Amino acid sequence: MQDFLTALAAHDFLRNALIAGLLASLGCGLIGPLVVIKRITFMAGGIAHSVLGGMGAALYYGVDPLFGALLSAILAALLIGAVRLVWKAQEDTLIGALWAIGMALGILFIASTPGYSTDLMSLLFGNILLVSPGALWFMAALDALLLAIFALFYRQFLAVIFDEEFARLRGVPVTFFYLLLLCLVALTVVLLIQVVGLILVIALLTLPAAIAGHYLHSLAGMMLGATLLGALFTSSGLALAYAPDLPPGPVMILLAGAVYVLSALFSGWRTRARAHRQAAVSRGG
Amino acid sequence: MSETEAPAIALRGLCFSYGDRLVLDTIDLEIARGEFVGLVGPNAGGKSTLLKLILGLLEPQAGEVRVFGEPPRQAARRIGYVPQFPAFARDFPISVEQVVAMGAIGAGFDPRPDWSGRAARAAARAALAEVEALELAARRVGTLSGGQLQRVLLARALAGAPELLILDEPTASIDQRAENEIFDLLARLNARLTILVVSHDIAFISGYVRRVACLNRTLRCHGTELVASDIVRQLYGEGVRRVDHQHNTPTRLQAPGD
Repeated sequence: MQDFLTALAAHDFLRNALIAGLLASLGCGLIGPLVVIKRITFMAGGIAHSVLGGMGAALYYGVDPLFGALLSAILAALLIGAVRLVWKAQEDTLIGALWAIGMALGILFIASTPGYSTDLMSLLFGNILLVSPGALWFMAALDALLLAIFALFYRQFLAVIFDEEFARLRGVPVTFFYLLLLCLVALTVVLLIQVVGLILVIALLTLPAAIAGHYLHSLAGMMLGATLLGALFTSSGLALAYAPDLPPGPVMILLAGAVYVLSALFSGWRTRARAHRQAAVSRGG
Repeated sequence: MSETEAPAIALRGLCFSYGDRLVLDTIDLEIARGEFVGLVGPNAGGKSTLLKLILGLLEPQAGEVRVFGEPPRQAARRIGYVPQFPAFARDFPISVEQVVAMGAIGAGFDPRPDWSGRAARAAARAALAEVEALELAARRVGTLSGGQLQRVLLARALAGAPELLILDEPTASIDQRAENEIFDLLARLNARLTILVVSHDIAFISGYVRRVACLNRTLRCHGTELVASDIVRQLYGEGVRRVDHQHNTPTRLQAPGD
């Protein structure tokens, strides 16, 4: 740990990585609980994987891959949302198709890119150590956008994810907020891809929120808890990966996964213990 | 007719089909302000569909729906709605007070953050007090019993200060005592609200409502004196709670032997 702190003081790239992790935590903290509560993890996975198509196309045409990622993520989100809202169809098949088609397109574009030298592994698994100062500003701007939107419309999002029909009856523009939510999920996916790559993004999006949900029973509480846990996992993962020279993304995810499993076991045990205690009190009374 | 004197609900020549299955056939119904009307009928008789049309969640293929003289969507905020089944997951991380506060949410984008939540909390607590469930305010919604949940859903509907209350089988999943309590509460609310309640139990609601609308694709209305318990017994037999009957006259139920 001492080595890591010394290196942190000495190297810009490590400081950038730490800042990237903290900025990503805010995104996963705000959006993760909505994904977990609304049970749209599979949808977020579809959006994440379709991003490779956009990144590949951007590389092929010589555009910034981040732009391609943003565009394809938003398109995928709107397409999935439209299928559910307009055609009232089950979106599972479309998500599965987007998932695979995005990956296939991305790989074809990348394979066809003349003089291609980008490491496919860094797109798939991310490389937080290569995050540029420009990407940090982009991440900070996305966080600011997420914060502003939730500050203004927290109640509307809560109403829409809680009970769409009732929200519609109260005059809340449900379609708008549902599509906005999917677009924010798409933006967050792109934000997190900088840190852990598109394969692992779902874990960072859902695990901190799911752990927070074991102990906190309000959306706002889960958002705060998931942000703090995300900050803990990204920072600790970076520190743990430093000495043995491991890729930080997978270390962060394994750390989050281990805490999730332990937390789920503890939470289940606690619920059973409470039920036994309650039954004992009832028998005694 | 001006909006101020229009009936609470007016349905004229209403038809609705799911695909080629006609669910509602030329429905005419007028419910005056201050009425307490029961809507009964067999399963798949079109009750929930009719409610969705009145709420503006569905558009009729023919006919007209007016709520307080306006199209349903425009009058939506004057309606309080209590669904038959909660549409939310029971493990949703939310307190009863927050659920009820949602009833008072503003229409449109209404970007007032309400940082303290004081106004919404006050509306929620007042509504919970009205349904005698204030002690549930801090409970998680997933820990409520069926009867408690119905009261909370009723409080959510009341938090929006409605003029018309629509309830879809509010007592379908609760015991007889809780059913009586809910209907006693509705009877009190009827002093200031128009109420339309869907029920499968014609005998029970006849003790509370003033008029019964019987729906099985077509609709007939009766005064409750025509559906007293002995007639229901003659018609449907002891212990039968689901209503499935024929209309031979437009104005009253026909008992066997008539």
